[in-house]
Amino acid sequence: MTVHSFEEHFEQKLDKDIAIEPRDWMPDTYRKTLIRQISQHAHSEIVGMLPEGNWITRAPSLRRKAVLLAKVQDEAGHGLYLYSAAETLGISRDELYDQLHTGKAKYSSIFNYPTLTWADMGAIGWLVDGAAIMNQVPLCRTSYGPYARAMVRVCKEESFHQRQGFEIMLTLSKGTEVQKKMAQDALNRWWWPSIMMFGPPDDNSPNTEMSMRWKIKRFTNDELRQKFIDVTVEQAKILGLTIPDADLKWNEERGHYDYGAINWEEFWNVVKGNGPCNKERLEARKKAWENGAWVRDAANAYAEKRKKRLQQQAA
Amino acid sequence: MPQQTEQKNEWPLWEVFIRSKAGLDHKHVGSLHAADAQMAIENARDVYTRRMEGVSIWVVESKYLHTSDPDESASMYEPANDKIYRHPTFYNLPDELKHM
Repeated sequence: MTVHSFEEHFEQKLDKDIAIEPRDWMPDTYRKTLIRQISQHAHSEIVGMLPEGNWITRAPSLRRKAVLLAKVQDEAGHGLYLYSAAETLGISRDELYDQLHTGKAKYSSIFNYPTLTWADMGAIGWLVDGAAIMNQVPLCRTSYGPYARAMVRVCKEESFHQRQGFEIMLTLSKGTEVQKKMAQDALNRWWWPSIMMFGPPDDNSPNTEMSMRWKIKRFTNDELRQKFIDVTVEQAKILGLTIPDADLKWNEERGHYDYGAINWEEFWNVVKGNGPCNKERLEARKKAWENGAWVRDAANAYAEKRKKRLQQQAA
Repeated sequence: MPQQTEQKNEWPLWEVFIRSKAGLDHKHVGSLHAADAQMAIENARDVYTRRMEGVSIWVVESKYLHTSDPDESASMYEPANDKIYRHPTFYNLPDELKHM
């Protein structure tokens, strides 16, 4: 087959919704786009463990502690599913880590905000995981097989993350005045960063068009953002909390909520590394990697020793 | 250069297969890195069976897995293409025939 016919064959598969698998021919840019997106997603899961890890030892009850621990463990698992999906595209795990540690690869900006109170665990589960689910459900049908399969697994596990967060918010909002205030404060701080999670608006999203054509993405950033706002506003009513957006209003004609202007300057500023916790998060990851070096080496040495011993026994 | 040393030290990649319950086949679920087979099985438990998804785990180092070439799929599976008589629906039988 010529390159041209390879490409035609690839396009035909996309048209027929046939998944692309690791050893199938694919355009270089498709491969690169996927590596960028999947690795960014994997890094987000791993860095996303840090803000919540902050509260494991300070959870208000054993139940909350066990739940938070399980959630953070899931995030480690999700990172690993995604790294292994990225590796099927021909990049090594060490290269992926290296890209994170050198700042070459990005992760979701939301994790560059601090977790100041226990209510933040509620707001993160409800809003951040809620937004993530909105993004991830369509990815279960993304065109690249290993990514789609990883996402099916992730989505199955993610639902409890959002529910436990909402439960925390519900408990606080039905609690004392101080607790309710704490919940409202968390919502105030996490709302805008959460709706920024869907990425830049469609008219300023350089990768969206190609990703839609390749069926990597199934909905645009703005479509998903709108969907998230529409469902979340209703959920806030159950909590009796106020979404911190004075322009939020039901638009009968559109059948959607209108919302206020998003501070994209803040978004790009955090993406560029100037958020409240960018340095801290990256340092924590680098330190974990460096401090783990002796464990990786020791495990290698032990495996080597056992292999030799087995060979000697066989001889 | 340091990256090359790192690559060399990277734990090998293993493919993980899980039997979800007795009576079913092991099914490929993904891959992970581990220094040896025992660690691969233990990591597979933590990564792929946190919600009782498995009762048995197989791991095989990825480099030992041999696969068919997708670019040769057309010729590889061609022999089965024109043998629809291998399917029970190929045969014309009267409607009144039961239990067959």
